[in-house]
Amino acid sequence: MSETLVSKPIGLSRRRFMTGTVSAAAVAPLLPPKAKADEVAAPRSKLREPVVTSLRINRQAYELSLDTRTSLLDALRDHVGLTGTKKGCDHGQCGACTVLVDGKRVLSCLSFAVMMQGKDVTTVEGLASRDGALHPMQQAFIDHDAFQCGYCTPGQILSAIGCVNEGHAGSEADIREYMSGNICRCAAYPNIVAAIVQARDETGRA
Amino acid sequence: MRPFVLEQPANIPAAVALASNFAAPDRPPTQSDMQFIAGGTNLADYMKLDVAQPSRLLDLNRLSEPALRQIRVTAEGVRFGALVRMGEAADDKDVRLYYPVIADSLRLAASGQLRNMASLAGNVLQRTRCEYFREISWACNKRQPGSGCAAMDGFNRQHAVLGVSDACIATYHGDFAQALIALDANLHVEGSRGAREIRFADLHRLPGDTPHVETGLAADEIITAIDVPAGPWTRRSRYLKVRDRESYAFALASAAVALDLDGNNVREARIALGGVATVPWRAREAEAVLHGKILDEATARAAAETAFADARPRDHNAFKIELGKRTLVRALLETRDMKV
Repeated sequence: MSETLVSKPIGLSRRRFMTGTVSAAAVAPLLPPKAKADEVAAPRSKLREPVVTSLRINRQAYELSLDTRTSLLDALRDHVGLTGTKKGCDHGQCGACTVLVDGKRVLSCLSFAVMMQGKDVTTVEGLASRDGALHPMQQAFIDHDAFQCGYCTPGQILSAIGCVNEGHAGSEADIREYMSGNICRCAAYPNIVAAIVQARDETGRA
Repeated sequence: MRPFVLEQPANIPAAVALASNFAAPDRPPTQSDMQFIAGGTNLADYMKLDVAQPSRLLDLNRLSEPALRQIRVTAEGVRFGALVRMGEAADDKDVRLYYPVIADSLRLAASGQLRNMASLAGNVLQRTRCEYFREISWACNKRQPGSGCAAMDGFNRQHAVLGVSDACIATYHGDFAQALIALDANLHVEGSRGAREIRFADLHRLPGDTPHVETGLAADEIITAIDVPAGPWTRRSRYLKVRDRESYAFALASAAVALDLDGNNVREARIALGGVATVPWRAREAEAVLHGKILDEATARAAAETAFADARPRDHNAFKIELGKRTLVRALLETRDMKV
């Protein structure tokens, strides 16, 4: 988790061309420093005007110009081009969109991206180290064949990392209970539990 | 989703000032154009479905008062800051030891992700998941006052049997609220007319003829803290939740129980019922049945019969009456047998 991810240059993909709203924070900020004066009176947004939101995604700073209605999930997928995070139900019922925000697993479909100002977001693209070595949880999912179609897998892996870090992976029963927010319609559950046990033991947490 | 303006006040006075500016004083909070948001797990979902249509969101996550994020356990009781997340309270060692019914009610609710997001104050204010409330093409007196209730003659297996009216049978699905009402919790509230304390039992309103009026709060009032007084019954307490599946589902029936026992003799019993009522449901008559009695299967069953004496089932939810009784009996006996 301490590895730094350097985003691969995406090039001018269709997705990136269409959105064109991403700017790495290394370039000059889009806005002047915020006036400190009256924090009460100044809302961050006006109706139908985009809100510039700064956040770190996989240890890289981004500034996104967003409609307030944009979910964190849509910001990641459609504005940043990180499509590893999946849209399942889009209503907080399936767990496919799970990401880590400031180290805690949350549902990106029910999070408004503009409320994530200054937050640190980790997606499945941010787990492997720079040399390509997989995160122990990713490797464990491969070792145990913990997926079939794979659509729920990024959410399962992020949720599993959160589950272990929270200390809720002490027993297989605990893992099943604390992973219940991630639905797998292929029903790879026994293998998912086995993978989490392996990664838990390897990383020495929980 | 309809467009909205995001406000991010830096402290409670700033939030109250904004709220009193934008909240219509003559409308209940649920009908206000301005909505508070903390975890957003309920509100964001209902905005996507167009059930909630706020034009302004007041984000409470930037409020700077440290007490909003603290859990303080003292000899007098426990105080939860309003922005404490469900998962934080569920995992708190003191809460688990001294108030197990609270920790259990939170641990058995939602999922790990949702518990990391949802605030405690937002949790108690969550709105029903009645299928006919969630989908805007149906008639719903709660969503659109006076439009009727499609649940009455619809598929009402999930619906309430206690506290129902001819206008609404939507279940209050929360779990934490059952623990709070059983333990006589109080809320600290701040609004444009100042700060006040209200009994948790007075927060939620029975649907009656106005199911869209869900609480006694004004639209510009913010819950800032939840107080639970300590009592000889708080440690011997338990939350039992019965669901269609083992985890990550709303209760079909649940019971929050807290007991002060002298041997097996009941000095005081506290009972609340979830999954079966339109509001958090304290079963005081059932408590009275147990008072001064030996707690065994027979007296527990008598209490359960009393708890559901006024139940009014519809076509598909009559099973909840027997299920609710058995849930309460089991919760009472398991709580009696707790080692504390």
